Amino acid sequence: MASGKGSRLRGKPLKFGGDLVFEYTVMAVATLTLVLVWLLVVRMVFDAQLSIERFGFGFLIGGDWDPNRDIYGALPFVFGTLVTTGIAVLIGVPLSIGIATYLSELAPPWSKGPLSFVVELLAAVPSVIYGLWAMYALRPVMVDTIEPFFQSVLGWTPLFQGDPVGLDKFTAGIILAIMIIPTIASVSKEAMMAVPDSQREAALSIGATRYETTRIAVLTYSRSGIFGACILGLGRAVGETMAVTMTIGNANRVSWSLLDPGQTMASLIANNWGEAQGLQLSALIEIGLVLFIIALLVNVFARIMVGRFMSRVPATGGGL
Amino acid sequence: MNTYEYRKLKNTLASGLALACVILALIPLIYILAGVVAKGAPALSWEFLTSRTAGTGESGEGIGNAIVGTLLLVLYASLIGLPVGILTGIYVSEYGNNRFGTTVRFFNDVLANFPSIVVGLLAYALVVAYLNVGFSLIAGAVALSIIMIPIVANTTEEALRMVPNSLREGALALGVPRWRTVLKVMLVSGRAGIVTGALLAIARIAGETAPLLLTAFYSSYWSLSPTEPIASLPLTIFRNYNSPSEVLLQQAWGAALVLIMIVLTLNIGVRLFTRQKTRKSKVVRKKWTTRLSRRD
Amino acid sequence: MDDKIVTKGLNAYFGDVHAVKGIDIRIPKNAITAIIGPSGCGKSTLIRCMNRMHEVVRGARVTGEVLLDGKNIYSSQTDPVLVRTKVGMVFQKPNPFPTMSIYDNVVAGLRLNGEKDWKRLDATVERSLKLAALWDEVKHQLDASGVSISGGQQQRLCIARALAVQPEALLLDEPCSALDPIATAKIEDLLFDLKDKYTIIIVTHNMQQAARVADFTAFMYMGELIEFGATKKIFESPDKELTEKYITGRFG
Repeated sequence: MASGKGSRLRGKPLKFGGDLVFEYTVMAVATLTLVLVWLLVVRMVFDAQLSIERFGFGFLIGGDWDPNRDIYGALPFVFGTLVTTGIAVLIGVPLSIGIATYLSELAPPWSKGPLSFVVELLAAVPSVIYGLWAMYALRPVMVDTIEPFFQSVLGWTPLFQGDPVGLDKFTAGIILAIMIIPTIASVSKEAMMAVPDSQREAALSIGATRYETTRIAVLTYSRSGIFGACILGLGRAVGETMAVTMTIGNANRVSWSLLDPGQTMASLIANNWGEAQGLQLSALIEIGLVLFIIALLVNVFARIMVGRFMSRVPATGGGL
Repeated sequence: MNTYEYRKLKNTLASGLALACVILALIPLIYILAGVVAKGAPALSWEFLTSRTAGTGESGEGIGNAIVGTLLLVLYASLIGLPVGILTGIYVSEYGNNRFGTTVRFFNDVLANFPSIVVGLLAYALVVAYLNVGFSLIAGAVALSIIMIPIVANTTEEALRMVPNSLREGALALGVPRWRTVLKVMLVSGRAGIVTGALLAIARIAGETAPLLLTAFYSSYWSLSPTEPIASLPLTIFRNYNSPSEVLLQQAWGAALVLIMIVLTLNIGVRLFTRQKTRKSKVVRKKWTTRLSRRD
Repeated sequence: MDDKIVTKGLNAYFGDVHAVKGIDIRIPKNAITAIIGPSGCGKSTLIRCMNRMHEVVRGARVTGEVLLDGKNIYSSQTDPVLVRTKVGMVFQKPNPFPTMSIYDNVVAGLRLNGEKDWKRLDATVERSLKLAALWDEVKHQLDASGVSISGGQQQRLCIARALAVQPEALLLDEPCSALDPIATAKIEDLLFDLKDKYTIIIVTHNMQQAARVADFTAFMYMGELIEFGATKKIFESPDKELTEKYITGRFG
């Protein structure tokens, strides 16, 4: 048996029998994470070969997705992902910062725990249930109230043309916003709570109000953490599948109006998987590859920004 | 209004606005819960929960097979995902202070951020295509386990990280071999964290839909076979959410209700448990050191 | 000599902990008053009651009165925000805003009040930094970050920031305890120059500092004011035995 002294030596410790077996077993299992990631990348590149060879880089800017003519391009879906994610971030970030500010600076102490928990519960709701709710509760509101309102105010822009049907990029964007709020809010809250009290005292002592203190002492100090939180939320939005699939209207073309249906990379795969084969299947997988790379880059960037505020994203996450 | 009054006004408005944001975020949550309960509850009945779902063209009466399907998927996924995740977490926490450990951590984070549809693609490639099993329970379970692994690894690592080093050193100084120390630490002090992590991971995968679309597909029949497609609650919702048939729509709402009850119970249960645990932790620590010294 | 700040029956609590017990003290105008006493005697808490910073901590409360030029700052109509512009504070550890430049740090208070005229801002920066004996050292790097300068300089920056809003009194809570002797000496020197225009109260655990700097000294012990008087008297012939014990180093 390994002695206690042996394992406290600096440098290569002595290991015997049980220790060796255990450590290598555990290490082997841990390697599985690497294996899985590489397996995915290799497999996807392999399967996308057909499509890559056929379309080359033009795939990324190709605007046609036509199974009848076997011509495929990623543009409508990259566009759809960008638009829905953009709306989600535009709506979600201010709300999340407001929530984080309230939870960090303004809420009475007894309420902080329960309120934070309830906000995090938003993340626990499975994505498909968000989609179901969006279909029957959000959509009527969009069709009857919100979309006509925007159309009356901003109808002269290309963003709000067409008839409000309710299943469009706007609705998808809104449901995405709701889904990323818990992520952005909780990470931002952590960043804000990490600001030392001495900063708040400094602001108060020169005669700042509570709001001004938050503005000049807390939000500025934690701004890189908050920015990282937003990027994390963006990463979630990019990869989100079900709620978007159920609300975006399933139209494989680029259209500027938010009131028109669209398609994201994720929803395209979800909608077309069953029937696809041959070149179409390969193209779908290439789309998957593009999605994977974008999500990866966004998340790596986010982690760099969040850095010391949080080492891990919360474990609870609704089904994507 | 002079500057001072203007500033006071801004202060009041800002505070109100922040509170409004919180309320605004809670509205969808309450609305969803209320909606699911309102629309799903009328569907619930013993027959509903024990009959199988509709196939194309026929009408089935319930979601029984979907419930069984979800349970089976979660079970199989946990059989794979929990051990792998926990062992990975143990590795990173106990043996991972080197380059390889950092690499594992990085790849674990990458895995955690896979869009779930991409996880589906991976499981499809591995199980459905390469192993040629076809759409099946096992494929779905593999997909879900891939989602589980990074979550469980993270929570395990954190649970173990929180155990003070003095406990490990105390055991080692008593001559207990490293691997037994790790197991003891894990089973006793880290147990709560690992269990809560596992439960949260289960809550997460129970609600996953996208990966199952590509792997487990769906079945309207009772099935226990690992190599056949299988029904699940999330997919019941997805297939029927825009169905013109009242019956099928009802199945979607009923499935949504059952699913959200499972997810919420797990989440709230974990939360209550961790709140209690932090009060008990001091007592647990004492028991741990006495147990170790007995060298059982 | 007039009294700038007068407390009447001042009690301060942290929840159930009674940190300041029934203090009546009269702080003279345009002079430096030191508050000395062993750790935990409540001296920091006392001065934090004088600019309504004590109540910022959750569960903290105050009873009694604190009169600034005869007006009670704890009356229900008084806004703490206004009190804090009249009574400034410098803290134990320098806390300049790290995301702001030296220039922005100094004028932070003025900008909150809506001052935009850059000529006035420039003048304030120069005036305040000169009062804080920091102008010559940083006048060529006003855009540098507030935390890019040394600890002693940061503390003087905080003094400049406090002075920029033109308070009537300045509270300093052990301002030199995190600084080296040279930086400490610089700050003590500038306090001498300030007392013509400002009423200064300095909390210090360093008796020699009190003896060097202060016109008046208050000795506190366990939340109570034991003795108050001219510094010379307190150090050479104190009335109370407890004071003498502390001065001669018997405890604390």
